Amino acid sequence: MALASAPPPSPARRLLATGAGLARSRTLVIGGGLLLLLVLLSLCASWVTATDPLQIRPRARLRAPDWTYLFGTDSLGRDVFSRVLHGGQVSLMVGLLSAALAAAVGTAVGLLAGISRLVDAVVMRVVDGLMAIPSLLLAVAIVSLVGPNLLSIVSAIAIAEVPRVTRLVRGVVLTVREEPYVRAAEGLGIPTPLLLVRHILPSCIAPLVVQTTHMIAAAILAEAVLGFLGVGFPPELPTWGNILAEGRPVFQRAPWTIVFPGLFLGATVLAVNILGDGLRDRLDPRLARTVKATP
Amino acid sequence: MTAPAAAPDPILEVRDLTVSLPGGLDRANAVEGLGFDVHRRQIVCLVGESGSGKSVTAAAVMQLLPRRVLRVTGGTIRLEGRDLTAAGAAQMCRLRGNRMAMVFQEPLTALNPVMRIGTQIAEVLRIHRPDMAAAEVEARVLALMEDVRLPDPAALRRVYPHQISGGQRQRVMIAMALALEPALIIADEPTTALDVTTQAQILRLFRDLLTHHDSGVLLITHDFGVVADVADHVVVMRHGRMVESGPPGQVLTRPSHPYTRMLIDAVPRFRFRAAVPAAAAPALQVSNLQLTYRSRSFTGKKRETHALDDVSFTIDPGETLGIVGESGSGKTTLARCLLRFEMPDSGQIRFGGRDLAAASRRDLRDHRRRIQMVFQDPYKSLNPRRHVGQSLVEGPVHHGVPKREAAERAAGLLEMVGLGGDAMRRFPHEFSGGQRQRICIARALAMEPEIIVADEPVSALDVSVQAQVLELFEELRRRIGFSMLFITHDLRIASNICDRVGVMHRGRLVEIGRTEDIFRNPGHAYTRELLAAVPGGALGTAGER
Repeated sequence: MALASAPPPSPARRLLATGAGLARSRTLVIGGGLLLLLVLLSLCASWVTATDPLQIRPRARLRAPDWTYLFGTDSLGRDVFSRVLHGGQVSLMVGLLSAALAAAVGTAVGLLAGISRLVDAVVMRVVDGLMAIPSLLLAVAIVSLVGPNLLSIVSAIAIAEVPRVTRLVRGVVLTVREEPYVRAAEGLGIPTPLLLVRHILPSCIAPLVVQTTHMIAAAILAEAVLGFLGVGFPPELPTWGNILAEGRPVFQRAPWTIVFPGLFLGATVLAVNILGDGLRDRLDPRLARTVKATP
Repeated sequence: MTAPAAAPDPILEVRDLTVSLPGGLDRANAVEGLGFDVHRRQIVCLVGESGSGKSVTAAAVMQLLPRRVLRVTGGTIRLEGRDLTAAGAAQMCRLRGNRMAMVFQEPLTALNPVMRIGTQIAEVLRIHRPDMAAAEVEARVLALMEDVRLPDPAALRRVYPHQISGGQRQRVMIAMALALEPALIIADEPTTALDVTTQAQILRLFRDLLTHHDSGVLLITHDFGVVADVADHVVVMRHGRMVESGPPGQVLTRPSHPYTRMLIDAVPRFRFRAAVPAAAAPALQVSNLQLTYRSRSFTGKKRETHALDDVSFTIDPGETLGIVGESGSGKTTLARCLLRFEMPDSGQIRFGGRDLAAASRRDLRDHRRRIQMVFQDPYKSLNPRRHVGQSLVEGPVHHGVPKREAAERAAGLLEMVGLGGDAMRRFPHEFSGGQRQRICIARALAMEPEIIVADEPVSALDVSVQAQVLELFEELRRRIGFSMLFITHDLRIASNICDRVGVMHRGRLVEIGRTEDIFRNPGHAYTRELLAAVPGGALGTAGER
């Protein structure tokens, strides 16, 4: 029996294996491609542009975009193109890491709360408490306490998002665990952890993907706000948030200082959202079928 | 039956009706070339299995088809002489409710849960008769509630839908449909969600109201028992086409089309099994099982529901014990207790030398393998995200069977339940309801259980599929020899498959014994009531298998 030797391929592997699969998941290709492009541009920033993002040029302040400075220069004469590309490294990292962290912690806690009454009673009160504190205030408090570095900023943003994920996952678990197919699996003697991972967690994926894409965008913005408030990364370090914050006072005279980092931020959020939609469709066989059926 | 032959003008006249499906599906039309009439004081039954186009026809008459998917592409529908296919939206709005009304299958979801039922009935009047005085509306509501035999209308109109029973809700729906004295009532499976005893009452109500209000009824059903009880005219549909029509006496007794004959033959009848000698030791012994649900209302008043009240019985090896009763009688709670999805308050479930009611989690895991359950709804009891093979292999692998062996056995089981081995790699949504229930049965058997608890395993299926699945159960039991607790609300099905049967009423097992003895000489009044309510008395033929 083929099933015994080779388990059915995961959606991702099946996708890679067949060209037809690729054609069908247009959203996955477009979203993934755009995100990959942005990540590559940021990672290879030093090769793409030779200019130093930190170099101040008092004589070239607020230059409009031209062939020397593709995106123009900011109020200190730094090259906006170079700063945006280099800034992507930090911003994308913060966005992806904090969203991943929040999703992972929130899902684990939400699953436990959905299945155990005791955990539910304790954890959900903590979650309620966390939700009562404005998330930005919480992040500011944490960063000012620990000091600004990648770890503290990522965790500060993630902690503020965890309660939302927890509530979302718990809600799904509470509905799905009453489904006959979960009961049936329980009747087969499947132990609770496996039951959670195999039969309940997949139902959480669709809403979770949507929430996570939203969190990535929100985290990039939150990092920007932290920078703007002066508790984030030091202002000279190029991040999209810092660039936007510094461009704000000169926006009317030099719109390019805001427009270009804004475009990159927007493109990232768009890419992540499209990717999320594609993933959701691929991960649900019922949706996958509908996609197939529509000409 | 009182079909007035001398009524020249039908209320509803459907001619050559064709409703098209979007391209790329298995057939081009949902309904094709359908024609029938509904006269005053007449009940016309549209009968057919799921997918036959019954409900589409009803929606076409009401002009409630989802416009982007289904379109009337041919034929005419005339209501009292007016062509509905040419009627505009505003005209249809006036006709709906006024001249034709609809009663739906599920009365709980069709009623607004946050509106008192009196107000809901009155709303229909207020919208269509804005000039009616308030006192007049109130009087009319009370009269309507009286008409559909709702007890104590004055008090009942102040309650909310969840506070009354399913049968009463359906009566409210019918009262709403009757409010404006429509010429035509379309009832789409109005009794399918109801218990047999309630079903009989509602059907009788339809018949009475017909003469009282001088309307016609288009009744959509899949149940030939219902047809035999109330129809004046029968239209049998299959794949969107009419295969046969005529008075019930003719269609039911001398069907001309083989499909009609097949459907009628598939209707379960009372058929008893030969007695089997009792075994020395029971496979399962349940004694004094007790489970009470306690809830507290908003005002702090305590409410107790005895879901299981001192339930005791045994099942012999290889025996099938049926549990029959209405919804809410505790049948499913009993099943859940046996699987220990629910913890009984007290009592014993002795199985394999151990008391399951007191077993620890670890003991339970081991025992779960030996008692397996088949659920009612095959659409919900398979994980939609996993291949059939994965679902079948999961349990055995977890109990230590090597993966390869489990997969081989699963393929063999699929073969045994009548599905090909390629079913392993497919998803549940690629199968029909009957096939899914076969998969569920194979999944239960993959664990090599000693007892199978089947909770209404065929009630979600079409009659012809029902018969096949029941046959499958019977054959598997002969070949493999497991015991079975078979829960059903249909006494005819119970008589086909059960050696012994227990009758449950309000959490109590009021009667238990050999199926034939119980059904031929019911000892308890409630059993007699259940038997009297079985639909299709005209079809019933009792015989020994």
